[in-house]
Amino acid sequence: MRKVLLGCVSMLALTALPATAQVKIGFVTTLSGPTATIGNDMKASADLALEHLGGKMAGKTVQIIYEDDQQKPEVGKQKTDKLIEQDKVDIVTGYIWSNVLLASYKSVVDADKILISANAGPSQLAGDQCNENFFAASWQNDQTPMAMGEALNQKGVKTLYIMSPNYAAGRDMAAGVKATFKGQVVGEDYTKWPDQLDFSAELSKVRAAKPDALFVFYPGPAGVQILVQHVQSGLKGQVPLYTAYTIDSLSLPLQKEAAMGVLGAQEWVNDLPNAENAKFVGEFKKKYGKHPSFYGAQSYDTVMWIASALEATKGETKNLKALRDSLRKLNYKSVRGPYKLGNNHFPIQNFYLQDVVKDADGQLVLKTVSTVYTNHQDLHAAKCSMKW
Amino acid sequence: MNWILILEQALNGLQLGLLLFLLAAGLTLVFGIMDLVNLAHGSLYMMGAYFCATFTGWTDNFVLGVLLALPATMLLGMATEMIALRKLYSRDHLDHVLATFGLILFFNELVRLVWGAPGLDIPLPPFLQTSIQIAPGVPYPTYRIAVIGASLACAVGLYWLVVKTRIGMLIRAGASNREMVGALGIDIKLLYTLVFGLGAAMAGFAGMMAAPILTVQIGMGDNVLILAFVVIVIGGIGSIRGAFVSALLVGMIDTLGRTLLPALLNMILPPVAASTAAPALASMLIYLLMAVVLFFKPEGLFAPRG
Repeated sequence: MRKVLLGCVSMLALTALPATAQVKIGFVTTLSGPTATIGNDMKASADLALEHLGGKMAGKTVQIIYEDDQQKPEVGKQKTDKLIEQDKVDIVTGYIWSNVLLASYKSVVDADKILISANAGPSQLAGDQCNENFFAASWQNDQTPMAMGEALNQKGVKTLYIMSPNYAAGRDMAAGVKATFKGQVVGEDYTKWPDQLDFSAELSKVRAAKPDALFVFYPGPAGVQILVQHVQSGLKGQVPLYTAYTIDSLSLPLQKEAAMGVLGAQEWVNDLPNAENAKFVGEFKKKYGKHPSFYGAQSYDTVMWIASALEATKGETKNLKALRDSLRKLNYKSVRGPYKLGNNHFPIQNFYLQDVVKDADGQLVLKTVSTVYTNHQDLHAAKCSMKW
Repeated sequence: MNWILILEQALNGLQLGLLLFLLAAGLTLVFGIMDLVNLAHGSLYMMGAYFCATFTGWTDNFVLGVLLALPATMLLGMATEMIALRKLYSRDHLDHVLATFGLILFFNELVRLVWGAPGLDIPLPPFLQTSIQIAPGVPYPTYRIAVIGASLACAVGLYWLVVKTRIGMLIRAGASNREMVGALGIDIKLLYTLVFGLGAAMAGFAGMMAAPILTVQIGMGDNVLILAFVVIVIGGIGSIRGAFVSALLVGMIDTLGRTLLPALLNMILPPVAASTAAPALASMLIYLLMAVVLFFKPEGLFAPRG
């Protein structure tokens, strides 16, 4: 018994040892449940970035503390609070889901810490609730579907049906397509999120409405179901599918042939021709044996961005103004190529049309087809009162 | 809104309802006869799907995969009953809930270790991958028709088993008076194991049928289990007939609600309000149904006697 107790005590003592890292970054993402593949891809990419930096930023040792939000806003907020109050991290990042980010961001910005979203880009934080402590390394939610709407115009699509999950980002996506699509939207469905995975009722409505095209936004595993069911319902020949955040290198191994010829919009594709991207994609494939996703690319960028800012402040994290100013300079080489930052701290960047094709080995891969937008800024920036 | 759409949606609702019935029948049998609250029923649904994906991969034949996965799921269910659940019968329902919730975590982690986190897909044979014309110019997925057929056959088989066979007689006897069955020299332990295995096989079958539509994932049974509980509460706990009727009711109301409600609300509300309220209301409909049924018939629609 005494041995057991001693063992417990020594284990506790080990875990209670103060972390030796000089800079601590909190990373909130989904590491359990069906969408854990996304979180694991982000974690793998952030780890790779830190490895490329030699584990140091501005000569200081860096530790990334990962927390699992379980794709639930309330859990995400708890984990964010834990990172701030218990781990006393210097910067918080991560966040796949807009609803999780919206629940968590006040905990960070009110504690006078920097928050960088590595994925979610809710319209609220780009517009009237923009904050000088909040940055996005990704995009504003509306931008990608706006690019898709523009692509639909170019394809000559006249009537469109929209299907999207009923949560913050799902609403933003539908609004984004409607902002640029010039034809008529003949129907919209918002499905229960994240537990509705059978879309038979909605697909039947699509068939009855006879649109020229169907736009969907289903990130994560739901993207597999919507594509497979689109094929099974026989709609593939009748109503072509256009997507945002539905086909990526995580879902593609399950979507397989169902994804071929289904166009999507994205700010990053694995084949973008720049040296940083070649290094990231190549090293990722070498280390993990698979393609990285855009979630990973943004996470890699986030770590590199933080490193560049810390270089400028000589590793000083307590001087918030200096840190913010150096982040605003955007002094790092992004894997998506050069981009700028708007007054609301959201990127002004290119958007590309991607397709799924077979490569030389017969493997399905994502391929850039064309550039839809160059230096595109979101619509909400005008509502943000921040000037710098 | 036209009749073809309504017909199509009725088929969608029927298919959802029958899948729910397969899941709910096992749940209601186990609850009604063994008085066991089994939250891990959804895990058996998931295990069925994973078995089916594995066997389909080995044999390259979906039908063969299902035929092999059925006894595998049944054996898994029986093993679970003998190892873990048998000790719980004499304890109260809260202990059942805690223990079977533990089983959910156990099975989810087991799947992660054996099959990995990303999930699997089950390729359908070409003859099921197509669509059938149910009316001129209206194709309907062949696979969903096949699901309806297979689930109906399963329901008829269950009816035959429970009403016409000796085993079924014992099951019904066990449901009405378990002490008496034991006193008459029937091995009640074996009967319980069989019933649990049967319920597991049906849950697994539902998982296998859903798998090609929904793909196979960790935790895929957890959400659908909530619906199955709604079904057995509406139908009356322990009643297979009740489970059948209420499963179809829930399937129909859920599907038709998602179709008709947005159109209806659009007529009475401004578009923005309608597009906000309709999805929320549609996903609440079955719970509203449950509340109404419980208000008028607290025991459920077909409460068994005793």
